[in-house]
Amino acid sequence: MSARVEEKHRAPIRWMHWINFPLLAMMMWSGLLIYWANPVYSLRLFGRELFYFFPQGFYGVLGVPYRLAEGMQLHFFFMWLFAANGVAYGAYLAVSGEFRSLLPTLGSFKRAFRVALYELHISRQKPPQGKYNDAQRIVYTLVILMGAGSIVTGIAIYKPLQASLFTSLLGGYEWARWGHFWLMILFSAFFVVHIAQVVLAGWRNFQSMITGVEIIKTEGSGE
Amino acid sequence: MSGEREEDTKWPGGRENSANLRVERRSLSEELSDAEARSVLATKSRRGFLLGGAAALVGVLGWRWMPDETKVAFLQKIFRFNENLTSAFYRPAHLAAEFPAEKITRPARVNGMLGIETDVDLAAWRLNIGGIPQRDEDLVLTMEDIHRLPKSEYITEFKCIEGWSTIVQWTGPKFSDLVAAFTPWRSPEEMPPYVSLATPDGAYFVGWDTPSIMHPQTLLVYEMNGEVLTSKHGAPLRLASPTKYGIKQLKRIGRIDFTNARPQDYWANEGYDWYSGL
Repeated sequence: MSARVEEKHRAPIRWMHWINFPLLAMMMWSGLLIYWANPVYSLRLFGRELFYFFPQGFYGVLGVPYRLAEGMQLHFFFMWLFAANGVAYGAYLAVSGEFRSLLPTLGSFKRAFRVALYELHISRQKPPQGKYNDAQRIVYTLVILMGAGSIVTGIAIYKPLQASLFTSLLGGYEWARWGHFWLMILFSAFFVVHIAQVVLAGWRNFQSMITGVEIIKTEGSGE
Repeated sequence: MSGEREEDTKWPGGRENSANLRVERRSLSEELSDAEARSVLATKSRRGFLLGGAAALVGVLGWRWMPDETKVAFLQKIFRFNENLTSAFYRPAHLAAEFPAEKITRPARVNGMLGIETDVDLAAWRLNIGGIPQRDEDLVLTMEDIHRLPKSEYITEFKCIEGWSTIVQWTGPKFSDLVAAFTPWRSPEEMPPYVSLATPDGAYFVGWDTPSIMHPQTLLVYEMNGEVLTSKHGAPLRLASPTKYGIKQLKRIGRIDFTNARPQDYWANEGYDWYSGL
């Protein structure tokens, strides 16, 4: 029985991933303190309101009300760290070539369907799994684009006059705020699915995001 | 096990996944026994979790332990940093988009009665202006003086710091027209860096940076949406500007002071960004 220790996630990826977690959490928390002051969005289907963001009880439990000033203080500090980490991450992906294992390829959309079938236990055929499978490639790339979208919509709301180019490209101030809000909802949805997937993928996978390595059995594995 | 891994690096049809070709997974060890490999992983794992746990603990406890005053003082410094950075990008030539008349929000939204709770005595109202060079006393203007200034009109988007916005038609002289008519200054650069405005009772007061208040779309407004300004919107004269949130667009202006000292600001005292520039 022998094995090899192989690198899975390089250190910069791991650091920036884990640093992003509290930063995004602080952006969402402070964003919520701000949103409370003008909570106008709801999930609608065919003109009917399915869910209003957010019910009074939700704010009450979290202690959100009347903290707009604090929310803005926090938001306009953590935005720098969040953006810096995001830009550094994007630059690292580009320079290191790591983007090649992350960006979807031409066939990814077709194969991502197979990943979905497999994970929903409809198909028993295991789809190819590189560092990321094709569903992961698509979703993780979307999440990065969502981060970029949050920055762009954020600038459009933050400086609608001096950065009016951003605001007008997004269809105006109101639409920029709408987009900024829904990106936050998408981040929340991603977070729930991501945690569920990490739990399902098991300890070894989670551990590799901390240590960066995986043990690869090379022969006569006992497993 | 090993056979399955080999397949994993290929797409269906046997073509190599370019990702795995380009980004090779570095092997960090020679062939090890199972136990040795486990021990390498255990060491890395312990180190990683301890480091991560310690960082999380320091972050959470540090945040909790830090007194609120320290936190607020620090975040206020960040507001100042943001102000210094973004005001460097301020250009008076950046004009707010104008809207057609049918886009005007009707009825106009009313928000905030600070400093205008009492009824205004329009006949007794005067605009007192301090800080003009070579003047020992305030310059005192009446509405007739204001009406004699050139009249401007914009339909722009008004933005509240709470997050909502409305489209409003503002009519009145530019603030810069007032400066041109009643002061010796001929450009914002010659002026003191700040302007302070307050309601007649002094209950509401705001501070402005000179470049923003001299923006061509910053108006001293006496008509709103085509009608004479009503009391709850700040009669007889209010400020309106797309360069700042509504909290800075003072209603029922009683005093204006040109000053070298950064003026007090009602909402900045409550923790909001003094600059609040858009």
